Amino acid sequence: MSFESELLKGKFCIPQCVVCKKIVWPPTEFCNHCFGQVSIKKGDFNGKIIEFSRQNEEYFCLVEFEKTIRVIAKILQIPEIGQIVKISKCGISNGNYFFYVN
Amino acid sequence: MIKVGIVAYGITPFTKDDQKIESILFNSVKNLFENNPEIDRNHIDAVLVSTNNNSKYLSPILSEMAGIQPKIAHSIESLCNSGTNSIVSAYSYIASGLADMVLVSGAERYDSPGQILEWDNSRGEFKHPIFWASIFTKSYKREFCISDEQLALVSVKNHKQAKQNPNALSNKTFTIQDVMNSKKLTDDLKLLDCSRPCTGSASILLASQEIAKKNTEIPIWITGIGQKTTSAGFTKNLSLSSMESTKLAGSTALNMANHDIKDIDVVEVHDAFSVCEPMALESLGFSKLGSGVSMIKELYETNNFKINPRGGLIGAGHPLGATGIAQTIEITQQLQTNATNRQVNDAKIGLVHNMSAAATSSTVLVLEK
Repeated sequence: MSFESELLKGKFCIPQCVVCKKIVWPPTEFCNHCFGQVSIKKGDFNGKIIEFSRQNEEYFCLVEFEKTIRVIAKILQIPEIGQIVKISKCGISNGNYFFYVN
Repeated sequence: MIKVGIVAYGITPFTKDDQKIESILFNSVKNLFENNPEIDRNHIDAVLVSTNNNSKYLSPILSEMAGIQPKIAHSIESLCNSGTNSIVSAYSYIASGLADMVLVSGAERYDSPGQILEWDNSRGEFKHPIFWASIFTKSYKREFCISDEQLALVSVKNHKQAKQNPNALSNKTFTIQDVMNSKKLTDDLKLLDCSRPCTGSASILLASQEIAKKNTEIPIWITGIGQKTTSAGFTKNLSLSSMESTKLAGSTALNMANHDIKDIDVVEVHDAFSVCEPMALESLGFSKLGSGVSMIKELYETNNFKINPRGGLIGAGHPLGATGIAQTIEITQQLQTNATNRQVNDAKIGLVHNMSAAATSSTVLVLEK
């Protein structure tokens, strides 16, 4: 079970080292701090909008989770800086991760 | 450590032409030797190729095409700052004594694969550089209360300066209104805020002090080098309104050259997008945080070409692997008082800033007469 195998199922998890407990981002097999095995932490995580912009009618925003992980995600409503959001949809399409928050 | 100087250079016009990468590379090398026929190609110890092109074995191919049989021949890739990375490698070969003379040649096609960093999945579906640039721009405007019109002046200035550069992709001038009315890519980025990928090549010949003095009357010395890579992924940037890698690389380069930022007379900064120019100027220490746009306005209004005299990436075009080398050639020409209509008065010390992937990696060079 890895971050990507869960993401393929539409589930967003937190990659974490089983040895030193450090969150490892972007997700890799081994921890970039202690080289320990990386596992995943499941949950319903809150993210915070750090910045955003808009292309055509679609907003995209930089969202931070667990004060470590940052992703660029789509949001369907008008976003606000500091807004607390959750992943509403995610996956892998044509090799690219994708994330929606609301 | 052996002192390293720039002996010669060659460059091609930056275009949208569809040419083979080998031909593009060769054209600037040919230009270099046509301009400096006295240089003996048998004395070239290393040939380094800077490109993001996927073709293989380009350095031995270029060497064969140019009639050179070097001891060392290989390619160097680091996205948009491949060019200055190659110059730093050449410097290191010479300074260590492994080579006396090194040819560095950078080239790219307009359709370079180096524009997109596929690895960076933290960007989600938003892997094109316009998305990190939009986030930077929004953040910079928000933090320092800067308007789109203030940032548009970067493009206006650099297109104006590119008009004096015969090799520039752009030959047009624009008003702030033209930039504002150009195609809207996102809420925070217009088409004329962006540098354009293009086809082009630039080559430079570096040599040890002893060899340099035998081959040119006006060698330009590389006196400071600073490099810093903070990450590969855009989302690891802690600040979205300043460039940490640039700040650290600039400080290292100035320290090595034993100079203060106030000593610098002419500068090439990596203006991949309008917002990058004030951010880079501030991170290098030319102005306070949030004041870079005021400095740019003053330079524009006084027709002072100190920053990006050749038109920067926005005016000159951005053939990724050639950009850092073209920037270094511009500063060399400026210090040799050989920059014709773009000449900055009394330029003695110059600085090159070249970066990659949303400023996750930066190189800064200090050049002197």
